[in-house]
Amino acid sequence: MSGLQRGLGWLAVASLTAGIVMALGVAPREATQGNVQRIMYVHVPAILIAYLAFAVVLVASVIYLWRRAAGADRLAHASAEVGVVFTGINIATGSIWGKPTWGTWWTWDARLTSASIMFVIYLGYLLLRAMIEDRERGARFAAVLGIVAALDIPLVHFSVYWWRTLHQPSTLLRPGPAPMDPTFVVALTINLVAFALLYAYFLARRVRLLEREEQVLA
Amino acid sequence: MKAKFIVGGAVIAVALAYLIYAGVTQSAVYFVTPSELQAAPVASKAYRLGGLVAPGSVRWEPRTLQLSFTLTDGKASVPVRHKGTPPDLFGEGRGAIVEGRWAPEGYFTAALILAKHSEDYKAPTDHSEAGYKELIKSLRRPGS
Repeated sequence: MSGLQRGLGWLAVASLTAGIVMALGVAPREATQGNVQRIMYVHVPAILIAYLAFAVVLVASVIYLWRRAAGADRLAHASAEVGVVFTGINIATGSIWGKPTWGTWWTWDARLTSASIMFVIYLGYLLLRAMIEDRERGARFAAVLGIVAALDIPLVHFSVYWWRTLHQPSTLLRPGPAPMDPTFVVALTINLVAFALLYAYFLARRVRLLEREEQVLA
Repeated sequence: MKAKFIVGGAVIAVALAYLIYAGVTQSAVYFVTPSELQAAPVASKAYRLGGLVAPGSVRWEPRTLQLSFTLTDGKASVPVRHKGTPPDLFGEGRGAIVEGRWAPEGYFTAALILAKHSEDYKAPTDHSEAGYKELIKSLRRPGS
């Protein structure tokens, strides 16, 4: 592991620790929901980083189709894997939050439906990659799907504005100031940075691993 | 070769876009409003009804678990009856979505009550209790 990667890993650990301290220790209890609201400090960063991961898949896929650079393909592959994990975390924590808050573990409103479609599409993307044995063909097909699948990213985010949903609209990514006390915003931002660092670390490690795999198979 | 590839990609794109569109529009109207229900109520048809729990309308009989309240959207209101306990966040002046049927007698029978949460996050008005102390206290005292 290179020194840079190791440094990134430690930075992720440090910021995650700071994030946990902020989320559980410093941020106050939310007035209406109580302590269950603290799930937000994992739930929201997880989906925002998943959006980022899938946007990286989109860009890397375009670069691959354009330049046929194997590095871009590895980047797309690694980013999709991490994105799926973060989407899974988002859906699981959302469900745990939903039971005490809404009164149900799951419901098919537009936000939950589009988010689960996103999860399944990128799972399918990874399946497609695993199924095609010819490296070149697999990379090409995956790149096309990696571009098309990005259609669902804005759909997930704007679903709460375009349709009537049970899920509330965004607090952070919206025009105007967030209707949220500043301590919540600070704690959420620190967790968002921590998740971004964790994503960067996972991505770097996974890309390196894919490189090694190809060297061994070559 | 290139043309074939572009056409194939376009077909996949359209198919996927349609799947997403069809999947989401089915659940697009997640609930109807009291105005929409009152405009054309169909007896014993399954509905999801969403609105504000009208202040002062909640009646709760703890021994029989009979709950009744009124859902309103400002223009129309619908009386709702339910047997069971509502979720914690259910309350007067807050949003709620109920699943159930319209009874011909002129009220809505809810099989399930969902509390709708707003995107506002506020600290408790008394700031005396720090985060972690409060958390530990409430962990020791379940149900708070």
